[in-house]
Amino acid sequence: MTATADTTALEFGKARVRKEDARLITGRTRYTDAITPPGTLHVAVVRSPLAHARITGIDTAEAKRAPGVHGVYTVSDLGADEVGMPCAWPITPDQKAPQRPVLAKDTVHFAGEGVAVVVARSAAEAKDAADLVEVDYDPLDPVLDMEAALAEGATLVHPDLGTNESATWVFDSGEAGTGGSVADAIAAAEADPDQVVVRRRFRQQRLVPAFMEPRSCVVDPTGEQIVIWSATQVPHILRTMTTVTLGIPESKLRVIAPDVGGGFGGKIGVLPEEMMTVLLARKLGRPVKWTETRSECMLTAHHGRDQIQDLTITAKKDGTITGLDVRLLADMGAYLGLVGPGVPVLGAFMFNAIYKIPAYRFQTTNVFTTKTLTDAYRGAGRPEATFGVERIIDELAVELGREPLELREQNWIKHEEFPFTTVCGLTYDSGNYEQATARAKELFDYDALRREQAERRERGDKVQLGIGISTFTEMCGLAPSRVLGSLAYGAGGWEAASIRMLATGKVEVITGASAHGQGHETAFSQIVADKLGVPFEDVEILHGDTASSPKGLDTYGSRSLVVGGIAITMAADKVIEKAKKIAAHLLEADEADIEFSAGQFTVRGTDKGKAIQEIAFAAFMAHDYPEGMEPSLDSDAVYDPENFSFPHGTHLAAMEVDTETGRVNLRHYVCVDDIGNVVNPLIAEGQVHGGLAQGIAQALFEEANYDDQGTLVNGTFVDYTLPSAADLPSFTTEIVSTPATSNPLGVKGVGEAGTIASTPAIVNGVLDAVRHLGVADIQMPTTSQRVWRAIQEAQGRSTQETPIDTHSPGAGLGSIDPNNPQGEVQ
Amino acid sequence: MAEVRVTVDGVNYADEVEPRMLLVQYLRERLGKTGTLIGCDTSNCGACTVHLNGQSVKSCSVLAVQADGGEVLTIEGLARDGQLHPVQAAFNECHGLQCGYCTPGMIMAAVDLLGDNPDPDEGEVREGIEGNLCRCTGYQNIVRSVQRAAQMMKPGASAPTETPAPVAGD
Amino acid sequence: MIPAKFDYVRPSSVEEAVSALQQGGDDAKILAGGQSLLPVLRLRLAAPSVVIDLGGIPELRQISEDGDRIAIGAMAPHHDVLRDDLVKQHVSLLSQATATVADPQVRHRGTLGGALAHADPAGDLGAVALALDAEFVIAGSSGTRTVPAAEFFVDYFTTAIGEGEILTQVRFPKYTGWSTHYEKFNRTAQAWSMVAVAAALRVEGGSIAEARIGLTNMGTTPIRATGVEQALVGQPATADSVRAAAEHATEGTAAPSDADAAADYREHLAKVLTGRAVLAAAG
Repeated sequence: MTATADTTALEFGKARVRKEDARLITGRTRYTDAITPPGTLHVAVVRSPLAHARITGIDTAEAKRAPGVHGVYTVSDLGADEVGMPCAWPITPDQKAPQRPVLAKDTVHFAGEGVAVVVARSAAEAKDAADLVEVDYDPLDPVLDMEAALAEGATLVHPDLGTNESATWVFDSGEAGTGGSVADAIAAAEADPDQVVVRRRFRQQRLVPAFMEPRSCVVDPTGEQIVIWSATQVPHILRTMTTVTLGIPESKLRVIAPDVGGGFGGKIGVLPEEMMTVLLARKLGRPVKWTETRSECMLTAHHGRDQIQDLTITAKKDGTITGLDVRLLADMGAYLGLVGPGVPVLGAFMFNAIYKIPAYRFQTTNVFTTKTLTDAYRGAGRPEATFGVERIIDELAVELGREPLELREQNWIKHEEFPFTTVCGLTYDSGNYEQATARAKELFDYDALRREQAERRERGDKVQLGIGISTFTEMCGLAPSRVLGSLAYGAGGWEAASIRMLATGKVEVITGASAHGQGHETAFSQIVADKLGVPFEDVEILHGDTASSPKGLDTYGSRSLVVGGIAITMAADKVIEKAKKIAAHLLEADEADIEFSAGQFTVRGTDKGKAIQEIAFAAFMAHDYPEGMEPSLDSDAVYDPENFSFPHGTHLAAMEVDTETGRVNLRHYVCVDDIGNVVNPLIAEGQVHGGLAQGIAQALFEEANYDDQGTLVNGTFVDYTLPSAADLPSFTTEIVSTPATSNPLGVKGVGEAGTIASTPAIVNGVLDAVRHLGVADIQMPTTSQRVWRAIQEAQGRSTQETPIDTHSPGAGLGSIDPNNPQGEVQ
Repeated sequence: MAEVRVTVDGVNYADEVEPRMLLVQYLRERLGKTGTLIGCDTSNCGACTVHLNGQSVKSCSVLAVQADGGEVLTIEGLARDGQLHPVQAAFNECHGLQCGYCTPGMIMAAVDLLGDNPDPDEGEVREGIEGNLCRCTGYQNIVRSVQRAAQMMKPGASAPTETPAPVAGD
Repeated sequence: MIPAKFDYVRPSSVEEAVSALQQGGDDAKILAGGQSLLPVLRLRLAAPSVVIDLGGIPELRQISEDGDRIAIGAMAPHHDVLRDDLVKQHVSLLSQATATVADPQVRHRGTLGGALAHADPAGDLGAVALALDAEFVIAGSSGTRTVPAAEFFVDYFTTAIGEGEILTQVRFPKYTGWSTHYEKFNRTAQAWSMVAVAAALRVEGGSIAEARIGLTNMGTTPIRATGVEQALVGQPATADSVRAAAEHATEGTAAPSDADAAADYREHLAKVLTGRAVLAAAG
């Protein structure tokens, strides 16, 4: 499974069960909402039901009189009129960035935006009082459609900005000197009868990250440091940004991310509610807790994706791609999130994917609307890019009458061509697309399924079969700091680690990469056990608390192993270097003669030696150690990667479409991912499974819809349809390994791969099943209704519009529409 | 206020509660049983699943007063005498969890499922846990965990690490 | 989220419950299994002043044989209905439809009577009760009355249960030996029926002697597909004849439009699924 020849004696490569499970399977957990210091007060936020409106009055008098209420506050009452939430990514020097307040001041810009806040003895009393706050609104026109928002005379989300366009960011390989001019490529193709030009518009629907733990924040202001517990992916960034936002010195803040119930990018933000809770705790001098309900989460936690993609690809009739032009509109929502504007930019370098494309241009225009803001969601920019390119390659194959996998192979980078510098100027260090594809075809029985597909078409079966392909790569392991600097990102991309050798030879490893389900404690322990030659059980991983792990840049962008893990190996190397000196001293040998292997320091050519535990004890005792050295093995390291990580893989989906009802059934899914060397195959496979489910859910099930008033229509789990176990099959996953050459462990990121790859595989498969009926495209999610309607339209039968702005029945609410309850619930 | 007398994980309690208090709030806020989690407000996610009188229920959709006179088993009472329930052990062995937030509910639903159907096939497992949402695992290893637990619970089967505790509700 | 405050009573007899309901007036709400009511209360879409919990009346959970009928107490949980041998033997269509309701946890708490009284047009059990001509026993201050299914479902979330009245029992005629099938079409396993079809057939010598067809979510109430029933009778249970009969499935319907399905798609589904339900029932 890994490229290392013999790993049997090593922890690296072993499918260890996770050490963090013990508390999670027994309920001994501490998610933020479980933390209730004595005297804790509870917060309920009064939120706007309207998308866009002027606030003409807020009457808090009755709420203030309600039982248990300690206070009711507007933004001015909090003294927070000037406080704006941070955006760390000005993608252009002239990017328009409105102030995002803690609570709306005079205007609300999306439905769900906070207007006032109640603090009370219990959460129930806070909610009771919040219902008594009277807010008067003067409605304004909502801004919902990106193209309309950019048109002359459009209603402005933020009139003071003078436009709904936040920024336009361009990459042009001709201008960058990394490739040719796309305009020339398109002009040449249009003039040449031996070339084709294929233009398509794709939509990336709006998605809700839907981590299972709703967000929560507890602030205890009673000590010397203000302690903030938060259900966040980014405790270190939260600490720094709290300082930036509120001016509280960083040294006076301790941030703890305790057990965190999933994130997927959705917990990467710095929240108005977090800042509000800090302000309230300081004001009241007592611990304060904010825990959102799922309904609040759906409305106010940032959403993902939401792009309109206009793609143009040019190729010779022999299949050779000559150019790719990408124009995006990306919906930012009402404000800019912490890294939201950069999400489309993260896709800019990935539309060319695994293909040798000589000319490439990318442009994103980021647009404000009166919707919930968007930001990172698993893959962040790269799923959008992968979808665009893998869909249009299929379209090109149709245009040229080519087998889609063969067309891909004709254009992809051959394994002997690595390292390969792409048209974007990135250097892919390693990969073997032929190997992953050959194995995937074998596991899938590609040829047999193609035969079955032909037979079904021939017979005119009611259920047709389609084969969906996605041969993806991605850039992850965010990120080389210099690259981030060149993109004007407001931080570096390094990661920090420390190793403490305790007196008894046990090991504490401190990492700045804070896990929320990924299994860091196990995987990092495996790495350290091998490096230091200590038992797996002797390694403890500390993370997610700035008091114990003061330095870090947290967990996102598939960076924990390929950046954080490398920092840990560097710290371990430093421990060994220090221990070597002490070993040489104690063994009365020259340091150059000391060898280290499997936890033993030995003198070359002798049987003299000492275990690392003995050295740790000797360093602790400090009775006898070399001159000029501190008596400690403890070591810190900060690793700044030189390059991104480029995992890749071939994903194949067998899709059955019931042409009578439009029902889509995922019959079989095979993926072979090349993620370099694998620390723990059990964990890596789990990451792939979960990633697949999220990517498949985008293709088949999920979409956040707004009505014409800007109300989120499916704002509960009732109608925002996440798949359950009964909606998905088991996947066939396999890992092949072409070791990365850009880091000493040869590892690549895996957390986002499944999500990035799977969405286009599914949609390509659905289309492949019905293309012979005349269907050219179906928007995501490819629901049964959309599929049926596409077939009807292709057959020349007129059909009604697909309504997306109404509630669909489910769970406890059934047909009751929470946005529009009628007599039924009175 | 209303009176509720209830046995939770083997301990008897008598409390005065507001009628509107949900069973899950009672468990978390009154009894400190924070191992049972809340993931939604519409009874979709199943994170709050406990057993009430031997049957799996969503404790967010039961009032505490409705549990009066009843017996509740939560994730915190599932392991007996320091030994994991086979379903717990199988979730660990088969990597049936990542962030852990759906896990208590998922395990309690799985224990109930195996009580009804000791040898479910993959489809039966998938339908049996359809009331529990997970965002991390893609369900594959959860399904594997439940089927592995079924194997472990068969009479005469060898336990993975320790002797499994009896199934709750048996 | 936490419901708004309410008072709570737990009567131990139907008489007590009726009197509590009358005292509670307009603002009183009956709590059966609570699997629809609790989410509604938690989202504060309703705020009753008093909640009357029928959980303290054991006889309302009973399932029994009563001559040529199977009598099911309104508080019988779906789980009990599903496992009951009398229901399996004589009202198999109800077993089949109940198996598709929600998920195991909800079926442990949710009740037959609660679901029918709630009368959500997307609910699965109304079409069954209607197709099978169930009777609804309703208790009020002046005793009990019995309402046939054809008169029970009045409108969207509205039934023949009057103010101050409580549904206590649902009585199904026996359909012993009938061939039945419930064909449900939903977007995901947790979603409610986009459209579903309840079919019960008595097949004699290869042809359909009697047919009962109910439609879920094709109007503001469950709908009896009488046109299909008439077209099926006397026909052989072959694909062609069944499909022809299923073309009548949209007669008398008023399909809603929502994000899952616009009316035209629902109408199309009703025909396709009716054909499938009948063929599946006929085996």
